[in-house]
Amino acid sequence: MSIQARAGSMALMLLSLPLIPRPAQAVQVVPVPGQSRQWDVPPHVHFDELLHEVFWDITIIGVLMAMVAAYFLFAYRRRFPDEVGRLQKLSPQAALGWMIIPVALFMADDIYLFAKGWELHKQYREVPENAYEIRVTGAMWSWTYTYPNEVETYGELKVPAETPILLRMSSEDVVHSHFIQQYRVTEDLMPGRVTYMWFMPDKVGEYVVTCREYCGAGHSSMYGKVIVMAREEFDAWLESEAAAISASATVASAQQVVSPAADVSARDFGR
Amino acid sequence: MGQPKTWKEWVFTLDHKIIGIFYLAASLVSFLVAGTSAALMRIELGSLGPTLTEDAGVYNLWLTMHGAVMILGFQIPALLGFFANWVVPIMIGAKDMAFPRVNALSVWLLWSGILLALCNLIVPDSFNGMWTGYPPYSETDFAGNTALYSLIIIVLGISSVFGAVNLACTVMFMRARGIGWYQLNMTVWCVFTANIMQLIFVPVLAASVLLLSLDKYLGFGFYDPGQGGDVLLYQNLFWFYSHPAVYVVLLPFLGISFDIIATFARNHIFNYKVAVWATLAFIPVSSDVWVHHAFVAGLPNWLRTMQTFTTLMISLPFGLLMLSMVMTLYKGSIEYRTPMHWIVGMFFMLIIGATTGIPNALSAIDYGISDSYVIMSHFHYVMAISGAMAIFGGIYYYFPKLTGRMYSEAMGKISAWLFFIGMNVVMGPLYFIGIEGMPRRYYDYQMFPQFESMHALATVGVAITTIGVLIMLYSWLHGMFRGEKATANPWQSQSLEFTHTDVIPGPGNFPTPPVMPEGWSPYSYDKTGAKGGSEARR
Repeated sequence: MSIQARAGSMALMLLSLPLIPRPAQAVQVVPVPGQSRQWDVPPHVHFDELLHEVFWDITIIGVLMAMVAAYFLFAYRRRFPDEVGRLQKLSPQAALGWMIIPVALFMADDIYLFAKGWELHKQYREVPENAYEIRVTGAMWSWTYTYPNEVETYGELKVPAETPILLRMSSEDVVHSHFIQQYRVTEDLMPGRVTYMWFMPDKVGEYVVTCREYCGAGHSSMYGKVIVMAREEFDAWLESEAAAISASATVASAQQVVSPAADVSARDFGR
Repeated sequence: MGQPKTWKEWVFTLDHKIIGIFYLAASLVSFLVAGTSAALMRIELGSLGPTLTEDAGVYNLWLTMHGAVMILGFQIPALLGFFANWVVPIMIGAKDMAFPRVNALSVWLLWSGILLALCNLIVPDSFNGMWTGYPPYSETDFAGNTALYSLIIIVLGISSVFGAVNLACTVMFMRARGIGWYQLNMTVWCVFTANIMQLIFVPVLAASVLLLSLDKYLGFGFYDPGQGGDVLLYQNLFWFYSHPAVYVVLLPFLGISFDIIATFARNHIFNYKVAVWATLAFIPVSSDVWVHHAFVAGLPNWLRTMQTFTTLMISLPFGLLMLSMVMTLYKGSIEYRTPMHWIVGMFFMLIIGATTGIPNALSAIDYGISDSYVIMSHFHYVMAISGAMAIFGGIYYYFPKLTGRMYSEAMGKISAWLFFIGMNVVMGPLYFIGIEGMPRRYYDYQMFPQFESMHALATVGVAITTIGVLIMLYSWLHGMFRGEKATANPWQSQSLEFTHTDVIPGPGNFPTPPVMPEGWSPYSYDKTGAKGGSEARR
C-alpha cells in the first residue's frame, strides 16, 4: 500500500470517527462561560418564540400536504368499474426535477430551522459570566440543592430574582433529569459526570420542578419547586440559614466533648 | 388448498406462508397483551391519585411491557415477520425463502422470545426498567430481573438477524426470470432496506444489553463510573440501534401502504426510482442521528448541534417518499374498500407524526419538551398508530389470500374509523399537555392537577379505540368462517401475489414458475387495463 493510500484511508477513518458512538463519550461537558452576544430576552421567552414559529412552519407543511391529499382522495374516486389510473410516466428530466426541487425546498426549511435552533441552543448552553452557581444532587427520589456557603435545601430551590442561575448537577445513584417547567429547561444528572443548565428567573414566584428520566417506583413523586425571591429577601434567607448551621455546628462540637455519639448527628447535618 | 393437515405438518412446516402466519399469530397475541397494558395505564391515569393500583411498581411493569411488547413483539414481527415472509417471496415470483429451515428457526426463536417476555408478567422479580433499560437503574435491584431483559432482547435479536439474512438473500437471488431490481414492489424494496438495517444495527443492541447483565451479575463495570465505566455509553449504543429501529418499522409499513394505494388507485408509483433510492437513503441517514434521543443527556454541545442538523436531514428522503405517496393518488381511479380506509387513516396520522417530529429535531426545543408527552405523542403518531393502521390495512388487504374468504366491508370500515378517531382522542390532548410540561412515564401527576381533564379525555379515546379493535377482530373471525368465498384477485391488482396464484397460494406458491414478459411491472395498470395482462388463476 502506498503512502498516499495509507494516508487517505487514515483520513477516512478519522473523518468517520464522529459516526461511531464511542468517541462521543470522550468529552465531558463543561459550562461555556461568557456569552458572545447579549440577548434581548431570557432563554425561556426565546424558547416560546421559537416554538411558536416552528409550530407555524409545521402547521403550514402539514395542512398543505393534507389538503392536497384530501383533494386527490376526493377528486379521483373511481367513476366506473374498469377505470384505471391515468398518471403519466415521468421523463428522466422531470423525474430528476421532482427530486431536486422538493429536496431543495425541504433543505431550505431545514437550514432555516437549524439556524434558528442553533441560536437558541447557544443561548441555553453559554452561561452568563455573572451567574450564581448552585450544586444539585439527585438521588432516588429527592433533589438536594447546595449553595456556595454550604447551605442545603431539599426539594426547594430558592433563587434570587433577575440573576442568572447556573446549576451544576450530578447524581448519587441512577439517571435523573432536572426539569423546570417555567424555564423550559431540562438536563440529565448521572453518576460519574457533572452536567449543567442555566436559567433566568425573571419573576418572583413558585414553579414546578419534576424528574424527567425514569428512575423507578418513586419517579413520579420526585418533584419539587423553584422559589424565586427578591434579591434582598434571598440574601437574608441564606444568611439566616448559614447562621443556623454554624450555631448548631458549634453546639454539636461542644456536645462532642461530652458525648461522642453526638458526632454522628453533627456530621449528618453538615453533609 | 395445500394447507397442512396434521399438527406435525403445521409445526414442522418449512412453507414461508405458514411461517408467516405463525408470525402474524405471535404479533396479534403481542398486540393484545401490550394493548391491554396500555388500557390499564390509561385507566390509572384517567383520574388523579391511585385508581387501579396503589403500587407504582405495578404501573411501571405495565409500561415496560407495553413498550417492549408493542415494538419487539407486535410491530417488527408483523412487518418483518408476517409481511416479509408471506408476501415478499410471492411478489418476487419465488417458490419459497432462500433458506426455509433458517426461516422456521427464526419464527420459533421469536415465539421463544415472546414467551420469555410474557414470563416477565409472572416472575416475582419482574423487570421494570422500561424497554430502554437505561443503566444504572437497570443494574440496581429495584429494576428486577435484568438477565431476563437481556435474554429476551438477545433471543429476539438472533431471530431478527436470521430473518434479515434470509430475506436479503431471497430478494437478491430468488427473483423470477424477468423481474429486475426496478420492477420490484415498494413493499419488497422497503422490507429489503429494513432488513439490511437490522443486519447493521441489531448486533449493537445485543451487545449493549449483554453488557448490562455482565455488569450486574458478574461485576464488570462497562456502565459503572466507579469502575471507570460510563453511564452514557449505554445510551449511545442503545440509540445507535433504536433510532434505525424506527425506520425498520416505518419503511415496511410505508411499503405496504404504497402497494395498497397503487392497487386501489390503479396507478403506478409516482417517481418510482427516486422513491426506491429515497428508501435506501434511510440506511446512511438513520445511522447518524441517535443523539436526538439524548439531547439533554449531558453529551457535548458540538455533538448536539451536529446531530440536530443530521436529524433535520431525515426530512429529505422521508419527504420524497411522502410526495411519491400523495402523487400516486393523482389522476388515479380510487376505490374505497376497507384496506384503503385504513391506509387513508394511516396517511393523515403520518402527516401529524412527521410534522410533530420537526420541533423535536432541534436540540434547543428539546430542552423544553424532552421526555414529555410531546415526545410520547409524536412517536405514537409516527410509528405506533400509523404503523398499526398500515398493518391492519395490510391484513385486510391479504385477508382473501390468507383465508380464501372475504371479511365484512361494513365492519372493516367502521373499525378503521373508530381506531382513527379513538387514537386521535388519546394522543391529541396528550400532545398539548406535553407542551405544558406533563412528563412521560409518570404513574401519577400530583404536581400538575390541571391536566386531569385532558387525561380523562384520553382515557375515553382508549375506550373508542378498544371498540374499534374488537370489531376488527370480530370481522376477521366472522370472515374466516362465515365470509363469502373470495376470488384469486379480488382487487384486480397487477401484483404477482394476486395475478399468478390460487385463491390461497399452495406449496411452491405458483402452479407453474412465473416468467415475466419484458417491461412487466407490478403497477402497469395503464398498459393492460383493469382486467390485467395475465389471467388470474382460480
